[in-house]
Amino acid sequence: MVQLTRRYRLSAAHRLHQETLSAAENARLYGKCNNPRGHGHDYVVEVTVEGNVDPRTGRVIDPVALDRLVEREVLERFDHKHLNLDVEDFRDCVPTTENLCLAIYDRLAGRWPAESDLAAGARLRRVRVEETRSNFFEYEGGA
Amino acid sequence: MIYVTRRADFSASHFYHNPELSPEENLRLFGKCNNPHGHGHNYTLEVTVAGELDPRTGMVMDLKDLKRVIEAEVMEAMDHRFLNEEVPAFRTLIPTPENIAIEVWKRLEPKIAAGHLHRVRLYETPDLYVDYYGK
Repeated sequence: MVQLTRRYRLSAAHRLHQETLSAAENARLYGKCNNPRGHGHDYVVEVTVEGNVDPRTGRVIDPVALDRLVEREVLERFDHKHLNLDVEDFRDCVPTTENLCLAIYDRLAGRWPAESDLAAGARLRRVRVEETRSNFFEYEGGA
Repeated sequence: MIYVTRRADFSASHFYHNPELSPEENLRLFGKCNNPHGHGHNYTLEVTVAGELDPRTGMVMDLKDLKRVIEAEVMEAMDHRFLNEEVPAFRTLIPTPENIAIEVWKRLEPKIAAGHLHRVRLYETPDLYVDYYGK
């Protein structure tokens, strides 16, 4: 079993704000991140796939096929967007990087069995999102 | 248990080809990587050893020993080499990062004298790496 990880970059704007809370409570909870005009990050997304090495190709997965899937499901959807305003995933959900990590995982996991050009048997193991070089979030599915 | 990691960089060339498949199928599967003259990468290897601290030395293993083993078993064999032709394992296996990581594991695992080999991580580029834990 080998894990293969690919790194991608996406730049997006967001604002941390809960409609259900008061302005004062939002300001207290999110501080600078509550600025109504928003702010942005250069996110780094790591996608880790795990599986047995296919003796025919020497590979766990075809990285080109993985790139295609991530391009379509993640980068086209989130890159150079305002996460609160442009992305349906965050219509009812605060675009913290925790939630971005979950959304990316769910987008990829949802497409997984349908992608026939991905290596058979390889599974999505982990999504890791770096918001800045000082903080990052990881999700491996499950509860 | 504590984990110690030593990093080493090497540069090598390779190409991907499965002789049991047609030229067309090889090209379809491997694209640019199928060029028989080879192409190259600057690989970064991270070797992680796990073990208990020796109270006498405050170390899991002497990192000088780990460096020496990596040098003898990996760098000598793979640095500035054409992997397909100069590393015996890759006369039959395709030298993908997956297979290189497994080959590095096989070479290092018997030589780790203190603690045990926990992980081999191999970066082919800063944006693509593989991890192998021995099983």
